[in-house]
Amino acid sequence: MSQIFKQGLVCPLDKNNVDTDQIIPKQFLTSVSRDGFAEALFYDWRYLADGAANPEFVLNYPQYQGASILLTRANFGCGSSREHAPWALQQYGFNVIIAESFADIFFNNSVNNGMLLITLSKTNIELLFNRCAQGPQQWQIDLASQEILFGNNAAMGFNIDPDIKQRLLSGLDFIGSSEQLNPQIAAFEAQRRSNLPWLG
Amino acid sequence: MGQTLYQKIYHSHVVGKLNASTDLLFVDRHLIHEVTSPQAFSGLKLAGRAVRRPDLTFATMDHNVSTQRRSLDAAGETSRKQLEALAANCDEHRIPLLDLTHPDQGIVHVIGPEQGLTQPGMIIVCGDSHTSTHGAFGALAFGIGTSEVEHVLATQTLPQQQAKTLKVEINGDLPAHVTPKDVILAVIGKLGTAGGNGYVAEFCGSAIRGMSMEGRMTLCNMSIEMGAKAGLIAPDDTTFAYLKGKAHAPQAEHWDAAVSYWQSLHSDADAVFDKSISLDASSISPQITWGTNPEQVIAVDEPIPAPESFSDDTKRQAAERALQYMGLSAGQKLTDCAVDVVFIGSCTNSRIEDLRAAASVVRDRKVAPGVRALVVPGSGVVKRQAEQEGLAEIFKQAGFEWREPGCSMCLGMNDDQVAAGQRCASTSNRNFEGRQGRGARTHLVSPAMAAAAAIAGKFVNVARLEGAAQ
Repeated sequence: MSQIFKQGLVCPLDKNNVDTDQIIPKQFLTSVSRDGFAEALFYDWRYLADGAANPEFVLNYPQYQGASILLTRANFGCGSSREHAPWALQQYGFNVIIAESFADIFFNNSVNNGMLLITLSKTNIELLFNRCAQGPQQWQIDLASQEILFGNNAAMGFNIDPDIKQRLLSGLDFIGSSEQLNPQIAAFEAQRRSNLPWLG
Repeated sequence: MGQTLYQKIYHSHVVGKLNASTDLLFVDRHLIHEVTSPQAFSGLKLAGRAVRRPDLTFATMDHNVSTQRRSLDAAGETSRKQLEALAANCDEHRIPLLDLTHPDQGIVHVIGPEQGLTQPGMIIVCGDSHTSTHGAFGALAFGIGTSEVEHVLATQTLPQQQAKTLKVEINGDLPAHVTPKDVILAVIGKLGTAGGNGYVAEFCGSAIRGMSMEGRMTLCNMSIEMGAKAGLIAPDDTTFAYLKGKAHAPQAEHWDAAVSYWQSLHSDADAVFDKSISLDASSISPQITWGTNPEQVIAVDEPIPAPESFSDDTKRQAAERALQYMGLSAGQKLTDCAVDVVFIGSCTNSRIEDLRAAASVVRDRKVAPGVRALVVPGSGVVKRQAEQEGLAEIFKQAGFEWREPGCSMCLGMNDDQVAAGQRCASTSNRNFEGRQGRGARTHLVSPAMAAAAAIAGKFVNVARLEGAAQ
């Protein structure tokens, strides 16, 4: 039985090297809360200087309202380690991001928030953008079988690290899983204190 | 087969296996600051967890502080709340904090090494991408997100998978006025902003051996700008000499044992890297970025490349967009472009050596009319030393603003911002759209080049400016 992980409307963001300063500019980083970042997503692109919505930015197109899958290009999420970037994407509604490649820290931060990041070849990314050019797309993502389902029996497979796949499917607590190794952590600390005493 | 330095550090920190390819690694130092930690502390509280090793955790206030006044509210009300949250969290969990009243307060990646917290062979993490800076000491140091900050606070460990290894070999002598900043910009120009994704980069070669610790920190600092998880430089006598006598460095009774361990921290002669690149140091000129990511970089005297000159359509489109944002055109020379703002500071270039290099250009000269120029030392230690050496006076006499330590205009979280359309010569690390302020146009350069731009009122090859003066 196939397991649908996510499904929804696709928003194509046809850009390379989208950095975390674009995903969420610094003025929104002064918060001490984990919530309330949806409005800040892509702020400088999404809003004009006077605060009105920028009609030329793809997220503001009427046909992409309610999108939950973001399709983009290479090196998405490069730049700072701010987890506010995946928070903003997720709170806006994106739970799946499909790209040619992701920056490492952004990738980990997103996975740690239960988001699914799919990496595909440049050729396949191009095919997906071509699909989007034909009209708004509703896709399903089957994580168990590692497929993007386009409907009408059309699909595209993707690779994912098995450890990450397991984490996303099981929804295990990130810290709780590591705490199961508490005895090993204590043993490591004791050995470290004895071998490298200056480290404390 | 031998091991690389990265592999040695990785393997020596494995606490246990979490999954097929995921290890749990012990973290020797956890550095925290006000912006990426409050949600982590809230998470701990919610789950009823304690901080496992407050003695291995160190905090500073840097991103969101005013560089004009030392009061918590000087950068605004929301900033005050964030700074107070850090102070309260550190107090509750007994975590040492260099707050705004502490004479050594400063940018997290400047104070870690200065306090001797950064040592060879360690794993060091911080909720900041420029944690790669600490790799200059032969420590595996990388930036993490807030969920990971919470994980490290709770367990002093982090789940990791082994990265690939990249060797960046730079041999030869750097020409006069060419600095480690120019070297790393040239490396990024060659490799691209995503060229290091999935890799840990180790810098080696005679040019690296000849660099001071400050220079090595600049180099490793910007490893993240080519996408590398971390930058590394094997420790040597330069490293040991820097660390000796630092507050948190191994003290006399452990010093010899520590050095002996540190000397084992290098890639074996037969270690195999997944990828290697090399550069001839003597071929590098002072660099300047022209676009909106750090790989869009040229030697200062070169014309801006035409988008059509990029065979890769991705790079061509990026160039078109960047030229539009930057208000520049192909073929133009940056030496014909006036600057509005000059920023000397950031975790990349705010150390004493950086300020000395800038001051030597500025000495007995004046900032050009209409240019706003500021120097933001990286820490209280750097600031005091610069004042004692007379550097602060040189900057002030020339018309520079001399500020208090903080991240400042690198990311403009406080009121140190560049206005829309203004052009800034900046010693920081990112020239992204809007980084220094909405619509701001950032050109990344070395401290000497930034100083030269302030004096000339436009971009200029510092070698020529200095040559003309002699």
